[in-house]
Amino acid sequence: MRHTISVTVENKSGVLARVAGLFSGRGFNIESLSVGETLDPTISRMTIVTRGDDRIIEQVIKQLRKLIDVIKVSDLTGTSFVERELILIKVKARESGRAEILRINDIFRGKIVDVSPATFTFLVTGDQDKTEAFIRLVRPFGILEIVRTGKVAIAREV
Amino acid sequence: MQMSGAQILVQALKDEDVQIMFGYPGGVLLDFYNALFGSGLRHVMTRHEQAAAHAADGYARATGRVGVCMATSGPGATNLVTGITTAYMDSIPMVALTGQVASYMIGGDAFQEADIIGITRPVTKHSYLVRKTEDIPQIIREAFYIASTGRPGPVVVDLPKDILSGKGKYLRPEKVEIRGYRPSVNGHKGQIKRVLSELRKCKKPVIYAGGGIIISGATRELVLFAERNKIPVTTTLLGLGGFPGDHPLFMGMLGMHGTYQANMAIHSSDLLLAIGARFDDRVTGNVSKFAPEAKVVHIDIDPSAISKNVAVHLPVVGDIREILSNLNAQQEDEEPVWNEIRESWLERVAYWGQEKPLDYDRTSSSIKPQHVIERLSELCPDDTIITTEVGQNQMWTAQFFRFRHPRTLLSSGGLGTMGYGFPAAMGAQFAFPDRLVVDIAGDGSIQMNIQELATVAQHNLPVKILILNNCFLGMVRQWQELFYEARYSSTCLASNPNFVKIAEAYGVKGILIDRKEDVDAGLVEMMKHKGPVVVNCLVDREEGVFPMVPAGAATNEMIFGSRKKQEKKLRAVK
Ligand SMILES: Cc1ncc(C[n+]2csc(CCOP(=O)(O)OP(=O)(O)O)c2C)c(N)n1
Repeated sequence: MRHTISVTVENKSGVLARVAGLFSGRGFNIESLSVGETLDPTISRMTIVTRGDDRIIEQVIKQLRKLIDVIKVSDLTGTSFVERELILIKVKARESGRAEILRINDIFRGKIVDVSPATFTFLVTGDQDKTEAFIRLVRPFGILEIVRTGKVAIAREV
Repeated sequence: MQMSGAQILVQALKDEDVQIMFGYPGGVLLDFYNALFGSGLRHVMTRHEQAAAHAADGYARATGRVGVCMATSGPGATNLVTGITTAYMDSIPMVALTGQVASYMIGGDAFQEADIIGITRPVTKHSYLVRKTEDIPQIIREAFYIASTGRPGPVVVDLPKDILSGKGKYLRPEKVEIRGYRPSVNGHKGQIKRVLSELRKCKKPVIYAGGGIIISGATRELVLFAERNKIPVTTTLLGLGGFPGDHPLFMGMLGMHGTYQANMAIHSSDLLLAIGARFDDRVTGNVSKFAPEAKVVHIDIDPSAISKNVAVHLPVVGDIREILSNLNAQQEDEEPVWNEIRESWLERVAYWGQEKPLDYDRTSSSIKPQHVIERLSELCPDDTIITTEVGQNQMWTAQFFRFRHPRTLLSSGGLGTMGYGFPAAMGAQFAFPDRLVVDIAGDGSIQMNIQELATVAQHNLPVKILILNNCFLGMVRQWQELFYEARYSSTCLASNPNFVKIAEAYGVKGILIDRKEDVDAGLVEMMKHKGPVVVNCLVDREEGVFPMVPAGAATNEMIFGSRKKQEKKLRAVK
């Protein structure tokens, strides 16, 4: 099962390598990982999306907690949280398809960030279902390139 | 007062109460070695950095204190890696100091530059690249704290040349506080209560104790707990000595070369109390068939050890000694549960012990390695420290030497590092100059760090090396015999050197034992000699370690000898 894990870490060089090394060294997979500074500049937050059965996820969390530079680990999956991903996607825009692509973009409330005679570049944000759906719908037109931030997530206030 | 980084480092190490360190100099460490000179901080130069790491490890295992080793940048640092990994796998407190090229040169493939932090990241508990001279005191303080608390382990501190030569002030930090590191000590009260209630219900309990018993110093508490509840005890290789080897409740080691008794007891048990152990595959064999009928209680300080390999029903996370004394205290005013069913369990366990005890051919005219170890065990003083190399020598030692006290067996369990035993023995001997320290070695392993004869000769360090010489990489040969039609590919060591002459060339006493009737005399001569000794003991070349749980089999599927040899024996009888 897919899990979204939120990790606060010391904002120091080498910490990302420790986290990434832990995943590769122990054979855990990372679907996406995003990092950024928090309000406290000495702390960064990582949002890691990983996949595994309960036993593996339990190990992932415990092994993360074991790292000295890791301050707090929470598994957001199963709790109430908001997640977003941002994608930039460059799509072929042939005469015949242009109107249709723009309509799809409208429905997804995407932004056009670049246009060329033969391409559109869209910016779409949303939870993973939404971004995946957008990609699926524009794929038939021909996707030239995708850049994704990976998921960021935040717990809801209850 | 302004001091150089090197001077600050020396002072910081002294303030951590470092009694001795093991190392090897090099270009980027010239400032450090200069500051060391005449500082009063004891430093032993080994002849290879790997040996410095193992010596620090041996010192740590023998004393319970943090072992310290040092190596220069590049090749010096990479030579430490096996030693650091060995310590990591067995949870040994160690601080490894490495020199590094100057900060401004890092990343430029400078002469003798190696990214040792990157290389050792997966095999250290933590590591530091020092970026400012003033940070040295804080980092050293943290390094020792992290290495020695919680589940201990090695910490690497990488020190660039300009940091050591730069100037700064030394102020020892008052205390260490690391927000991401707060090891739990006391076990959860509710969980401890649940352990007690499981104890009341069970009929066939077994204690499986690991190295954690020794690390936390919980021998007394364990003995009390086992005695009060009359639970038979088995230990892992690293747990040997953590429970007295001559105790009536002791079943010997479990696992691949464990005793029939211990493995059968585990296999039939209904309550397995795993204490400071980690369900290594050499212990469990086929995990899915390990202790198939048992509820598993796991007491350990490392939460990530819980349910890693085997599903645990009742975890208790914390310091083992704390938890055991808590359990003992709660049982104080409670009549221990006792009934006939439990009585018959102990009888059954005792029966397994008699049915198939550890054994070998005692009538053979050749020197059986097991015999040598048994004799050493009987002849040597009670507080003798034994180290081992890896292979058959290690397993026979675990089986036939009777370890009565914690910290008397130092052996590389997790990593299985050939070449560990001799330098580890040096570390232990430096810690305890008056005790007998013996490295039980194989003729293959000893050649992996044999250069340290120069170190023991230099210090007249009375380490004894007892080579069980079978002119084979014995353990590998045994597997070839059992599972690869005795095709002895790259395991024959017929071209071994003359070990007695090697010893003598280094100025060390050499003794040859080549007849069974000379074993006792040879061992006594070895023990009596005041300085270092190498004993070359020519043992039966094709002796095997049994019983054996073949890799991937269940622990009750033991084999007791090689089929070929058994058939030969049968034919002889006919
Ligand atoms: C550094 C290292 N290399 C290889 C091995 C694999 N290995 C395990 S036991 C063994 C043979 C050891 O031979 P020896 O030291 O002569 O001991 P014996 O088994 O004969 O007692 C080998 C090669 C190892 N454990 N460590």
